[in-house]
Amino acid sequence: MTIRHLNHRRSVLWIAALVHRLSGLALAIFLPVHFLTLGLAIHGEAPLESFLRWSDQPLVKLAESGLVFLLLVHMLGGLRLLVIENLPWRDGQKELATIAAGLSAVIALILLARLF
Amino acid sequence: MNVRLYVWQRLTAALMVPLVVVHVAVIFYATRKGMTAADILARTCGSIAWASFYGAFVVAVAIHAAIGVRNVLTEWSPLKDRGAGIFASAFGALLLLLGARAIVAVVLP
Amino acid sequence: MSDTRSELTVSLWRGAQQGRYETYKVPWRENQTVLDVVTFVQRHLDPTLAYRFACRVGMCGSCAMTVNGRPRWTCRTHVSSVVKDGRLEIGPLENLPIIKDLAADMQPFFDKWQRAKGAFVPSQTRNDEIERIRPDSAARIAADAAIECINCGICYAACDTVRWNSGYLGPAALNRAWTLVNDVRDGANAARLQAVAASGGCHACHSHQSCQELCPQRLNPTASIAGLKRRTMWVYLKGEI
Repeated sequence: MTIRHLNHRRSVLWIAALVHRLSGLALAIFLPVHFLTLGLAIHGEAPLESFLRWSDQPLVKLAESGLVFLLLVHMLGGLRLLVIENLPWRDGQKELATIAAGLSAVIALILLARLF
Repeated sequence: MNVRLYVWQRLTAALMVPLVVVHVAVIFYATRKGMTAADILARTCGSIAWASFYGAFVVAVAIHAAIGVRNVLTEWSPLKDRGAGIFASAFGALLLLLGARAIVAVVLP
Repeated sequence: MSDTRSELTVSLWRGAQQGRYETYKVPWRENQTVLDVVTFVQRHLDPTLAYRFACRVGMCGSCAMTVNGRPRWTCRTHVSSVVKDGRLEIGPLENLPIIKDLAADMQPFFDKWQRAKGAFVPSQTRNDEIERIRPDSAARIAADAAIECINCGICYAACDTVRWNSGYLGPAALNRAWTLVNDVRDGANAARLQAVAASGGCHACHSHQSCQELCPQRLNPTASIAGLKRRTMWVYLKGEI
């Protein structure tokens, strides 16, 4: 069956849902790594310090601000859902979704600037 | 997803909103200061406050992420309710374990 | 002089789950609807084509098909609003088994309607007083906002959660359940809330809003389902389900 994919999948809200899901998955994969890194301190400050030095490179800093973007966009998108599900219906969901993504990007970019 | 899982996922989500805001603020603070491991550990060592804050965060995220992963598995993988539930529970347990270990690592001297 | 505007190139799904698109040339006329095009093919080019329609004026929802990737009522879709480079691609509604060609099997759609307890259950008899329902009560306003569903299946065909989760009851069934949850005359709400709070019920909805975007009646199943989420969470926390 080769019916062409429904082209409303390019709608803002569908993309927002996809971003929400993919960011959640990415964060879920990242978390164990994050916890293991912090757990380095069990052996004293030195292992953690050497990790922090390693993370001082441009690509890692980029990844870190990317992670902050994912965290924020996931949270803000989730907040939009909590509002839909718990408060009376409001229109303008496309606008809200776009604002959530934009705000997350801005904050992540500010962080990126600070890291360099 | 049924009502029970939904309630747990949404409640942990709501709980984590302020936790995430604080966490991102901490990240901004730490990066501006250019903190070393010693700086960080000096603040977290012996701190009931940080232990409680991140303790709550770890518990909430373990529940929230496990349910989220379960949902994705039931929709995007061949696993259905039972298999997805087992995998997700294992993942949640892993997050709890590693998260608790990380808190111990930075709070206990 | 012939130009591309005088003729449409129309691809129609032929077969069932296995099948292929076949192409037909159809005269392109003013004010033509997609249903006109399908009808032309069946009457003049290939009488073996199977398709479904009834009122042809946008009241019954029988003619819903997938047109250039979106589920629509073909009788209310002007060719001029969907045609791309003189081409149309038409298939049966998605997320449903195919009977033949452009006719989808609506049985699973109605099965889920029943499973969502989307049927009114009376709480009184003919011997009781007629119950007065105020149209401006909050419950009736909520029900009225969702009541005009004619079961055309477009929302169900559009929903990706239906596509990914075979147990998901779907936007139409849940939307109808919501109207009944708000109907003070109905006597089956305990069972209904139980049904929509189970796995595959309202909590499976991810609020993509494809249903709301494509509903020809301008209904908003996403909002109805959000209402069900609130209601079921409330009764769950109270220990009633």
